[in-house]
Amino acid sequence: MSLRSFIKEKVVPQSLEDQVNRIRKPLGSLGYDPWGYNNDSLKIGFSLAKQIYEKYFRVVADGVDNVPAEGPVLLIANHSGQLPIDGLLIGTAVASRERNPRLPRAMIERFFPTVPYLGNILNQIGAVLGDPVNCAKMLANNEAIIVFPEGIRGSGKLYSDRYQLKRFGNGFMRLAMQYNATIVPVGVVGCEETIPAVANVKPLAKALGLPYVPLAVPFVFPAKVYLKFGKPMHFDNADIPEEKVTERVEVVKAEINELINQGLSERKRLF
Amino acid sequence: MANERKPQILVTGAAGALAQQVINRLRDDYQLVAVDFREQVYLGDDIPSYCIDFNKRVFEDLFRRFQFEGIIHLGRIMSSQETRMRRYNANVLGSQKLLDLAHKYGIHRVIVLSTYHVYGASAYNPALIDEQAPLKGAGLSMDLVDSIELENLANIYLWRYPDLNITVLRPCNIVGPGVRNSISTLLASRRAPVLAGFSPMMQFIHIDDMADAIVLSYRKPERGVFNVAPDDWIAYQHALQLSGCTRVPIPSIPPVLPRTIARLLNMKSFPSYLMSFFKYPVVIDGRTFRDTFGFKPKRPLKEIFRYYRENKHPV
Repeated sequence: MSLRSFIKEKVVPQSLEDQVNRIRKPLGSLGYDPWGYNNDSLKIGFSLAKQIYEKYFRVVADGVDNVPAEGPVLLIANHSGQLPIDGLLIGTAVASRERNPRLPRAMIERFFPTVPYLGNILNQIGAVLGDPVNCAKMLANNEAIIVFPEGIRGSGKLYSDRYQLKRFGNGFMRLAMQYNATIVPVGVVGCEETIPAVANVKPLAKALGLPYVPLAVPFVFPAKVYLKFGKPMHFDNADIPEEKVTERVEVVKAEINELINQGLSERKRLF
Repeated sequence: MANERKPQILVTGAAGALAQQVINRLRDDYQLVAVDFREQVYLGDDIPSYCIDFNKRVFEDLFRRFQFEGIIHLGRIMSSQETRMRRYNANVLGSQKLLDLAHKYGIHRVIVLSTYHVYGASAYNPALIDEQAPLKGAGLSMDLVDSIELENLANIYLWRYPDLNITVLRPCNIVGPGVRNSISTLLASRRAPVLAGFSPMMQFIHIDDMADAIVLSYRKPERGVFNVAPDDWIAYQHALQLSGCTRVPIPSIPPVLPRTIARLLNMKSFPSYLMSFFKYPVVIDGRTFRDTFGFKPKRPLKEIFRYYRENKHPV
């Protein structure tokens, strides 16, 4: 696109262009993949995200090399902070690592595709509608995918509930088992403080068709963010009942809890 | 006399560009009989060509006169043509008549051309839709009911009469020289409407590749339903740009607004019931067809768009 290439020329430095070009993604002849990802758009998005990552949230990423260089990967993290900033930061961390950078895909809420402009932009930088079929097909395509098993239960939680993990869905474990995907647990510390909400205005959310409407200061605080990547975990594809799957999910959840606690104890101050 | 010994195939929708491509590929090996309900087309002295409504009794006379080995049913009225009622009569009732006759006269290979529109464009569609995904098209627009009913019918006959060896093909957007469907008309025009803020992923197959796909599937009697699409994708607005179209944005929300505008414009190529296809992606997975029939499309997207850029208003 002409506008796209113009912006790309203005904002994308050569080093970053090279970094993205090092990452091989299976693309069609015009630079798209089936989910709408586009290399040029990603470069623009990535250079903006990198500024936010380095300058605004001053992210400290620990253990990012635990993410395997290839093969299907599920990055499982705690969700917090009303907006999906945590997903953006995890993606930026993995994409900007020195050795074997990867571009993880994020699963997004079902309401985003219906929003003009935003839905397309998110698709172009690699976000994908959170549908099990999409997740399965991407794992089969050897993608790394960021999943927040808490969903909106996590992102919409109030400041008083910070760093308390909500119920995890089992879907990610089933998919990891089926596609032999590596699970990398990630503890995110700091995003809870970016948009502290004191209440959820449920009637308004219902009227607007949104998952939640937080009562909060309309400002994203520059909290310092810590990303703790845990050791890779593998689960076999045994034919087990749902309760056993839940047990496996609890193992991952406990690991994430541990990573969050490590991050919280390392944190000296909020900003 | 040589024709007497060649196996005979009935090709429907003969006036269309795709059927003519298919006929050209098969005419050396088979004796072809062409029918179309729209017009009688001249396809050379060796190919009898008729203008018949399938619902008329004289249609059966064709089966009495020839010993068809197979049928290639391309004569589906596209949703941008005719009224809903006429489409239902031709696409559903006419096809049923055709399949009944096929069974009665012991035909053992039937290809039915469907469309990816049957999946319906919804915001919740995953990408790379498999053949076994539910067909949501009817729930989204009454104007697609006949396309879905045609598929249901083909599926019922597929299981009830396995000897017919029915293969249903669901291609993505067929484009290229001579194609008269709505997407081809849009790519060929100088200005094309887009919904502001929406540029869904689309797939395009060149008419020559599609004709190859039909011929490949005819030659290999493998029953079933198959998506036909190359492994290449592009956003709608980008496709228009590469085809040299000026994009004319139409307000996209609330959804009733673009539908009303489309209705007022009354553009054949931008009908109100296809509006959701310009908003949400329907990306199909063509890998099963590729692997089953060894299909390899030869015309890249760039070539397709170059054709439209260099031939504004070709049809």
